[in-house]
Amino acid sequence: MEFANVVTITENPSLILLFWIALTILVLYFARRPFHGAIISLSRIIKNAMRLASAGVLAAEKRLVQRNREVLIATGIEHTERQVEREFGRINASVARDLDTYPTLHRKLSDLIIHLDEDYNASAEVPPSLPTWTPIIESLAKIKPPGDSMVAHMLGEINKTLTEQHTSALEVYRASTAARHTILSRMLPCWRRIEDVLGIVGKSIATLNERAAHVDRYMAAYEKIRAQEDATVRKLSSSSLTQFFVAGLVLAIAFGGALINFNLIALPMSEMVGGASYIGPYKTADVAGLVIILIELTMGLFLMESLRITRLFPIIGSMDDRMRHRMIWITLGMLMALAGVESALAFMRDRIAYDMEALRQSLSGVTEAARASHVIPMVGQMVMGFILPFALAFAAIPLESFIASSRTVLGIVGAGVLRLVAFALRLAGTLSYYCGRFVIAVYDFVIFPALWLEETVTGAWRNRQALQTRTPDTEQSGGTADMDHTLDDTLQYKEQPL
Amino acid sequence: MKRRILIVLAALIVMTGCTDTKKHSRGVYMLLDTSGTYAVELRKAQSIINYLLGVLQPGDTLAVARIDTGSFSEKDIIAKATFDARPSIANNQKRIFQKSIGEFVSSVTSSAYTDISGGVLQAIEYLNEAHPGEKYVLIFSDLKEDLAQGHIRDVPFLLSDFNVIALNVTKLRTDIRDPKQYLERVEAWRTKIEDGSGHWRVINDLERLDNIFSG
Repeated sequence: MEFANVVTITENPSLILLFWIALTILVLYFARRPFHGAIISLSRIIKNAMRLASAGVLAAEKRLVQRNREVLIATGIEHTERQVEREFGRINASVARDLDTYPTLHRKLSDLIIHLDEDYNASAEVPPSLPTWTPIIESLAKIKPPGDSMVAHMLGEINKTLTEQHTSALEVYRASTAARHTILSRMLPCWRRIEDVLGIVGKSIATLNERAAHVDRYMAAYEKIRAQEDATVRKLSSSSLTQFFVAGLVLAIAFGGALINFNLIALPMSEMVGGASYIGPYKTADVAGLVIILIELTMGLFLMESLRITRLFPIIGSMDDRMRHRMIWITLGMLMALAGVESALAFMRDRIAYDMEALRQSLSGVTEAARASHVIPMVGQMVMGFILPFALAFAAIPLESFIASSRTVLGIVGAGVLRLVAFALRLAGTLSYYCGRFVIAVYDFVIFPALWLEETVTGAWRNRQALQTRTPDTEQSGGTADMDHTLDDTLQYKEQPL
Repeated sequence: MKRRILIVLAALIVMTGCTDTKKHSRGVYMLLDTSGTYAVELRKAQSIINYLLGVLQPGDTLAVARIDTGSFSEKDIIAKATFDARPSIANNQKRIFQKSIGEFVSSVTSSAYTDISGGVLQAIEYLNEAHPGEKYVLIFSDLKEDLAQGHIRDVPFLLSDFNVIALNVTKLRTDIRDPKQYLERVEAWRTKIEDGSGHWRVINDLERLDNIFSG
């Protein structure tokens, strides 16, 4: 009997359909175990692969975070070192300045002290006291004349002499005291000068103390960074993000300035390099204008590097001071020259624009109207042309901050992306695992008549076996194990931890 | 170090090689019909030329020629210029050009015949010599060709990369009576131009002159 005859065993399509369904279920029932095994293996492979990939990505993320942390700490350390260095520089300058003037100050103080000493010694001289015999003579002088003219005359002479002596001694004493007072009053400005000098010294010391406090603060921050505390790293990270956005904003402003600058010089450049030639799809005049602006930016960058404001090129910063000063003057000179060129180009632009406008009016048949004074816009353009190169030179500062902070920001973004990828991989792995289970469940659902039949047959067989052996408890447990073998074995297989 | 120098030299050579003037320039050859009644339309042509002078850039080429009895001749070129690369000099050239056209328009006399094909052939020759990046032939005419006895114009046009634009194609009295004639005339020119691999357009609205280069 041919196969075609077997499948066309009856003409009834419902019966044929039923036959085919039964046949399919039968085939699926027999293929159930290998199918379950294949699906579970596949889902497990996918899950494990995803987990492995996720673990790899997470490890990379950890490395990136660690690297980011190291970069942040290194940046923080460098920044703090620069601050400490700057403070030490200021202290150094202050000390050098004070020490320069210290010999003069010292001499001034010594002179004043010597002067004071001399004055003190001079003021220490005691005024001449009255003679010690004065009271005796005084008592003699007070004796009333006894009537003897000679005695009276003698006593009178004594009294007179005594009075003269007294007056003279008093005058000497007064003079001496006055001299002492003069000396003392002369000492007062010396004291004040000493006070002033000490005030200057005190101020210098106070400044040094202030600087020392700053250094202490920076050193404390430095120590914290060195200790790699989480809070410090978070602070550095937040600071880096702020720097990134602020520097980005300033760079956007600088870009606007460069754009205006470009528009100022692009038209007149066509007068210099010709307006008809092209480099690729761009006009040579436009490219030349752009090149001038880029050269200005580069000169600005070199100027800032030479001034040690930025540190994008360590080789410039580490040059000896003489060479660095030369470089400052060269770059400044070139910037000045470029600013002059731009100013001239702005003037030329005004002239060309005026000429074009006149031609346009002539072509359109309009009588040329009296033109409003164009001096102010022309001067404005020239001033802008002169100032913008210098303004662009300062773009080096935000550029450095932007570059420095973008490293951190890119690291943070990269870590975030890696975390997201790891999560997606894990999710995909888990989904594949449960999809496998779902497919198995659907498969079992499709062949449920066969499973039901199997359950019924094996149940009856178990009952018969139980009755025969009369050891229901033992056999039941064994039977249960047999019964569940086909289905639960698979489930157990599925539930194994991956 | 040598390698770096070589790279820089290569970049310079590439950049110099890319410096191309012709590729971006435009060449416009305008034919003015001066036959019969169409001569009165020349004021309109003058405004079109002024428009062209306004929009053409340094490095572009412009030539204006009249269509008369025998237009295949350099003598019919009224004014021609390839504008200098420097805008200031180009502006002076435009002023001189404008003056020449003004003088021509004020002193033009009508021609007895209309040799449009000869003018187009002259335009092809001129623009091929000028070698601009984009080539435009503008025909300011009613497209009614009227050749003098003995003039043969059965030469095929070689118009690849040419844009031929008919401007201000006015309707003749016979066209008003029978529009088919007008349509057939325009169609005949289209066929002639497109057979020569040229691009054909008609612009009758002179307020839309910007379509000349953007169309």
